[in-house]
Amino acid sequence: MTPAPNAKAAPRLSDTLPASTVTKWLRDMMLIREFELRTMAAYQQAKIGGFCHVYIGQEATAVGTIAAVNHDDPVITAYRDHGHALARGMSSRACMAEMYGKTTGCAKGKGGSMHMFDKPNHLYGGHGIVGAQTGLGVGLAFASRYEWEVLNKGSKKVCLCYLGDGALNQGVFHESLNLAGLYDAPVIYIVENNGYSMGTSIERGTTMAHDLSVKAAAYGIDFIEIDGMDVCTIYDRFKPFADDLRERQRPGFVDLKTYRYQGHSMSDPQKYRTKEEVADWQQRDSIDRLAHLLLHRSDEPRAAAIAPSPWHGSLSEDAYKQMQKEIREEVRDAIDFAEKSDSPDPAAELYTDVYANPQPNLSPLREYHHGAKNPLL
Amino acid sequence: MANLTLVQAINLALAQEMELDDRVILLGEDVGKNGGVFRVTEGLQARFGESRVIDSPLAESGIIGTAIGMAMAGLRPIPEIQFEGFLGPAYDQITNHAARYRTRSRGSVTIPLTIRVPVGGGIHAPELHSDSPEAIYAHTPGLKVVMPSSPYDAKGLLISAIRDPDPVIYFEPKRIYRAFREEVPEDEYTIPIGEAKVVEEGTDLTLISWGATVLQCVEAMDKLPDDLSVELIDLRTIYPIDIDRITESVKKTGRCVVACEAPKTASMAAEIATIIQEHCFLHLRAPVQRVCGFDTVMPYYKLELDYLPDASKIGEAVMQCATY
Ligand SMILES: Cc1ncc(C[n+]2csc(CCOP(=O)(O)OP(=O)(O)O)c2C)c(N)n1
Ligand SMILES: [Mg+2]
Repeated sequence: MTPAPNAKAAPRLSDTLPASTVTKWLRDMMLIREFELRTMAAYQQAKIGGFCHVYIGQEATAVGTIAAVNHDDPVITAYRDHGHALARGMSSRACMAEMYGKTTGCAKGKGGSMHMFDKPNHLYGGHGIVGAQTGLGVGLAFASRYEWEVLNKGSKKVCLCYLGDGALNQGVFHESLNLAGLYDAPVIYIVENNGYSMGTSIERGTTMAHDLSVKAAAYGIDFIEIDGMDVCTIYDRFKPFADDLRERQRPGFVDLKTYRYQGHSMSDPQKYRTKEEVADWQQRDSIDRLAHLLLHRSDEPRAAAIAPSPWHGSLSEDAYKQMQKEIREEVRDAIDFAEKSDSPDPAAELYTDVYANPQPNLSPLREYHHGAKNPLL
Repeated sequence: MANLTLVQAINLALAQEMELDDRVILLGEDVGKNGGVFRVTEGLQARFGESRVIDSPLAESGIIGTAIGMAMAGLRPIPEIQFEGFLGPAYDQITNHAARYRTRSRGSVTIPLTIRVPVGGGIHAPELHSDSPEAIYAHTPGLKVVMPSSPYDAKGLLISAIRDPDPVIYFEPKRIYRAFREEVPEDEYTIPIGEAKVVEEGTDLTLISWGATVLQCVEAMDKLPDDLSVELIDLRTIYPIDIDRITESVKKTGRCVVACEAPKTASMAAEIATIIQEHCFLHLRAPVQRVCGFDTVMPYYKLELDYLPDASKIGEAVMQCATY
């Protein structure tokens, strides 16, 4: 039956949520965007070292998926990880200070941009080796299931394991899919499919790039594909998917189609794509999209085409401007905090955190302090 | 002669060997269209085509496995691994396979494979992008390991590696990729694998190093007292190690300092100290000194310079050893 011409579609799951929840998503995405813009500026001023991969364009993927699970569900990701850290609840200060290599960073400035760890927020880190986290995801999921099933502790969990499309090609990923399928490990592989792994487009690097479902099917794993540029769609599709996998304690595979607006890292001439392609994706920007709905600017055709929900138009222009201002202030404060924080003291930090207990024979313990003589001499 | 950086010298050697021998092919992540992460293979795909400069997906184990198979069948593949930390996923293929085929097949299978890998710290990169794992591969029978410290040596050693019938890990110290230029002959030439180089002759103390640390040694030597005559040896080949050149020098000087970026314990510096005590025991006038990285994970950039051996640490060790 074709619906009557002016019938509105059934409300989406996200339409039924309170305005405060959806406004929080917008805020989170805006925070990540602002944070990343300031990160890029700080990197260009050589205040941040190491390598740096920003999340601009992909904000909806972390925000929409993390919103659909519980706070104690483990999350693990790759090196493009600032967005996940912030979406998981890491403070802007700890995240920025980590990139600055300062002692106040989430890992005392020892991990840097690619290695955001936040155990209290159940974030098990970014990973600099592409694909490495996919194996760990099986283990985190296995352990959570063991805790619930064998140790009778807590409730059923799912592990969110993020990866880029480039990681699809790593051996460990395929081993992990098989293991997860075999062990009934409730790990959800979320492919943040931005179409490129450095300068290699997914078509040039991955077989069956147009239909990743076959990869999941090969291991008997549930699969969905989602438009990653719309946080509401992500939530609407991902929430029931994750709930079901949590209930059945089974692995899943999500192909989230997204896009990174910036280069791969901070030095990328981007010869592999056109400006038009970038501009096309920017047209579908997730932040703009949600802001339109919340602000309900009625002259926008996009907002008019969607069935109204209680939260559409619930955000006033003033409140929106206030939010923008608060976010700018939060990130400015994070930068300020990072800049003013102490750099690690080499004599104290160079050899700590290598083992649980200090190892007296670790080389710098004997020789680091200037002026100390080699005991032999 | 052309005045080239290390990157340009490597690019030139690759191009010339590809020109000479159409069995030579390159493969790796973004080596073609993008010219590699450090642009070492820039222009080569345009010149030699996509069947000889092959962009591979993100799959180190597969890349090295494929290259081993190619080499077995008579090609001369040169895979690039983007950073030394990414050798990890390929470790099985390299050490359990590439290194062992000659033995395993009683000499009937040969693996003429050159794995190019940027190595070492000093570019403000984090761990896995700044490590110095040369000792791990030197400890693997069947592999050869080289690490040039200058554009001239880079070209000659790379050509030797490509023509070598056995697998070679060719480490490129990324810190000095574009640090300086040097006259490099246009013609092809080889520098034998296994030969260290005396950078500067001396009589009082032998300073041994390799890769980017050689430059730190040169800097340290500039600041030493004029009456201290130091002989600087650049190992160039990590394995097979040039025992003769090391022991000849130490027998002459009676004192030795070894400097490298790798963690100290079980480093090549440890091996060199052992070689010296085996061969030069009665000539020694001081214990061999090691100036190495620490036994820790390569630290994030704020502490990088505290970790790396620099001219002042090397100079200090040289003075301690010289005045022992
Ligand atoms: C094992 C390994 N190989 C290569 C790299 C270098 N590298 C870092 S990111 C990257 C591309 C990854 O692309 P993708 O997984 O799609 O993630 P995206 O950058 O798009 O977020 C490469 C090749 C690495 N870090 N680890
Ligand atoms: Mg990608």
